[in-house]
Amino acid sequence: MKAGTKFALGAVLIVGSVGYLMASGIKQTGQYFLTPSELAQRVSVDPSFYDLGMKIGARVVPGTVEKETATQTLRFHITDGTVSYPVVFRGLPPDTFTDSVEVVVEGRLQKDGTIHATDVLAKCGSRYEAVPKA
Amino acid sequence: MTVLGHLSLWLAFLVGLWGGITGFVGGAQGRADLQQSARHATFALFGALVVAVISLEVGIFRHDFSLEYVAAYTSRNLPTFYLWSALYAGQKGSLLFWATVLSLFAVLAQVLTSRRHRVYLPYVAAVTCLVTTFFVSVMLFAANPFERLGFTPLDGRGMNPQLQNPGMVFHPPMLYLGYISITIPFAFAIAALLSKKLDTEWLVAVRKWTLVSWLFLGVGLLIGMWWAYVELGWGGYWAWDPVENVALLPWLVMTAFLHSVMVQEKRGMLKKWNLALVLGAWLLSIFGTFITRSGVIASVHSFTQSSVGYFFLGFLIIAGVATITLYVTRLPLLQAEATLESMVSREASFLFNNLLFIGIAFSVLWGTLFPILSEAIRGTKITVGPPFFNQVNIPLGLGLLALTGIGPLIAWRRASIPNLRRQFAVPVTTGVFVLLILLVGGMRDIGALMAVSLGGFVFATVIQEFARGARARHRQYNEPMALAVVQLVARNRRRYGGYIVHLAIVLLFVAFAGMAFKTETQATLRPGESATLKSPYGQVYTFTHLGISQYNALNREITAALVEVRRDGKLVGRLRTEKRQHVDAIGRPTFEPSTEVGIKSGVREDLYVVLGGLVNGTEQAVYRFTINPLVWWVWFGGFVLVIGGLIVLWPGGAPVPVKGSSASRVQAGYAVKLEPQP
Repeated sequence: MKAGTKFALGAVLIVGSVGYLMASGIKQTGQYFLTPSELAQRVSVDPSFYDLGMKIGARVVPGTVEKETATQTLRFHITDGTVSYPVVFRGLPPDTFTDSVEVVVEGRLQKDGTIHATDVLAKCGSRYEAVPKA
Repeated sequence: MTVLGHLSLWLAFLVGLWGGITGFVGGAQGRADLQQSARHATFALFGALVVAVISLEVGIFRHDFSLEYVAAYTSRNLPTFYLWSALYAGQKGSLLFWATVLSLFAVLAQVLTSRRHRVYLPYVAAVTCLVTTFFVSVMLFAANPFERLGFTPLDGRGMNPQLQNPGMVFHPPMLYLGYISITIPFAFAIAALLSKKLDTEWLVAVRKWTLVSWLFLGVGLLIGMWWAYVELGWGGYWAWDPVENVALLPWLVMTAFLHSVMVQEKRGMLKKWNLALVLGAWLLSIFGTFITRSGVIASVHSFTQSSVGYFFLGFLIIAGVATITLYVTRLPLLQAEATLESMVSREASFLFNNLLFIGIAFSVLWGTLFPILSEAIRGTKITVGPPFFNQVNIPLGLGLLALTGIGPLIAWRRASIPNLRRQFAVPVTTGVFVLLILLVGGMRDIGALMAVSLGGFVFATVIQEFARGARARHRQYNEPMALAVVQLVARNRRRYGGYIVHLAIVLLFVAFAGMAFKTETQATLRPGESATLKSPYGQVYTFTHLGISQYNALNREITAALVEVRRDGKLVGRLRTEKRQHVDAIGRPTFEPSTEVGIKSGVREDLYVVLGGLVNGTEQAVYRFTINPLVWWVWFGGFVLVIGGLIVLWPGGAPVPVKGSSASRVQAGYAVKLEPQP
């Protein structure tokens, strides 16, 4: 076999494994990124969306944040304007987490309608831009 | 001063356009007067932008809050140190900073390029002028840093506390320097394409510039990692955030180029590929700027959504189409002079190395864009996070690490069996030995086992290369071994500097592997109470909450918690962690409270303590304690990387070896033959 052919085989092997790793990576680790309305709509059609790991992008409803520092539990509601869900999170929220901030909640929707969050990311407009005063 | 700044932006805009036109026309028609004019235009452009920067800095230092930018990012009580960095703390100022640095590089390219490569300079001037003009036009038409407010506030909003960290003063400029200077190799590549002078000459011109931006970008990434680690408090240094990813992409592509360029120099192959890498790295840098500044992809880093994004998207599309068209029309001029002779050759290992680099870059790009792509194609947004990037990149990275050791050991063209045996015996034995020690020591994580034992293998290859070279000098010139090593590096900077970079990569991989063993715990403690955490090495750490103190500092109110740390009962020290509420000059709170992490860094592991908060204002505190193994080695590896990079870059190295010369045979690993130095 010519060196060029052998190299082509090696190249195909590498490209193939990159492709395989990417495809399987997305299959195994990809998560839905939904708004509360989309989640409500999907879960009403397909109950497998209960207890499925996903990310939900929404805004914290002002005045719903309850912090129990002793048990490190955080309860709040999130909404996209039409649908809202209660969220329970155990852990330290990020510095930028406040009332009415935009958040990405990573977690699972329970049958009782609450979202058990494993992670909460708060997005202030940006690190670089000053927080606009409401 | 603002009028002056604004005027100088307009001046820069016009001069930049002029430089673009005269450079292209002068180059194409060979008119010396226009070429000279384009060269002068780059100098004038730089001058105008420096005036604009000075105007803005004067506004910042005089606390001229009638300027929107000054009011938005600074305040009267901001420490002087951070007044400097306010220049690039916001979108508008950072655009000005960007354009200015680019024009500085444009001038340097004109001044520092050797006589041999003069023919490319008019085109280089044209490209750098036009790219700078683009940035200036974004400022003029969408994000003017000299915009005035209709009134003058008493005080500014102040700088985001997370940016008030020494890392943030150095990280953006370094990253920008790397990102921006990619334009210079790109400009040379365009110049070569336009002038049709596509021999190895342009490669020589482009190689050092690529190395410059590769080094700056690498340092910028490392400082960014350090900043994220000490300031953000989530306990790691790399989160595969879109903005981090897009900064990594050009770095990966440039690393690929710095390797494959050797194949072209030695064997006249890969011409199309190398050119594509240079062009691709630049397009990726503009793409990254677009992602960062447009807010298309949700990222914790991104600037707020703004119209600036459209400018960058437009620019990216125009530049991309123009570049690719030019490239395709010149393809017939880029025929290879040789073909691959054997799979077991240096060329082949570089080719595989390149495929892996590009594979990693592609998977990172794909993962970053996946939410957008999946939404566009399937109507559902699907995101991938760190698990995806780790799952894909750990195997590819390990493959690359293996090649880091294999590549330098095999000869160009075709390696013989005795040659292979001689080269691989010691390194392979070392790698296996390391693996056995780790297995006996109880390590079971496959990724970490592979990383560290491959690291041992690569480490041994580098030591072997140094030892052989130094021994040869020792014999031939009777130099003492220490001097022989120094001379060896000094006489072959590119080769041995490269090996030092390989050592740095080994250190980084081992350090990354250490994070597989990170442990953490959260605890709510009253003063006097403790939490324990077992380190991956088996020691037990006890963290005792000593108490809380609250006081005011220059521009912030501080709540500090003090923790006593014992290892297996022995006192190792105290750590303090803080919550800070920043305030403006009249005591009003600005921004959300921020956290200062308490870190005790060591060779084996870092202790990382975060204060989560106080329970109802009492002294009962919520903590997160983390043990991060081997993090110190990331920073040390970064330091070694810079040393290696600087050795390669240092001017006045050995002349470029000609094909078939003794120098190239030495590089090929056939023999170490040293010629008397002139």
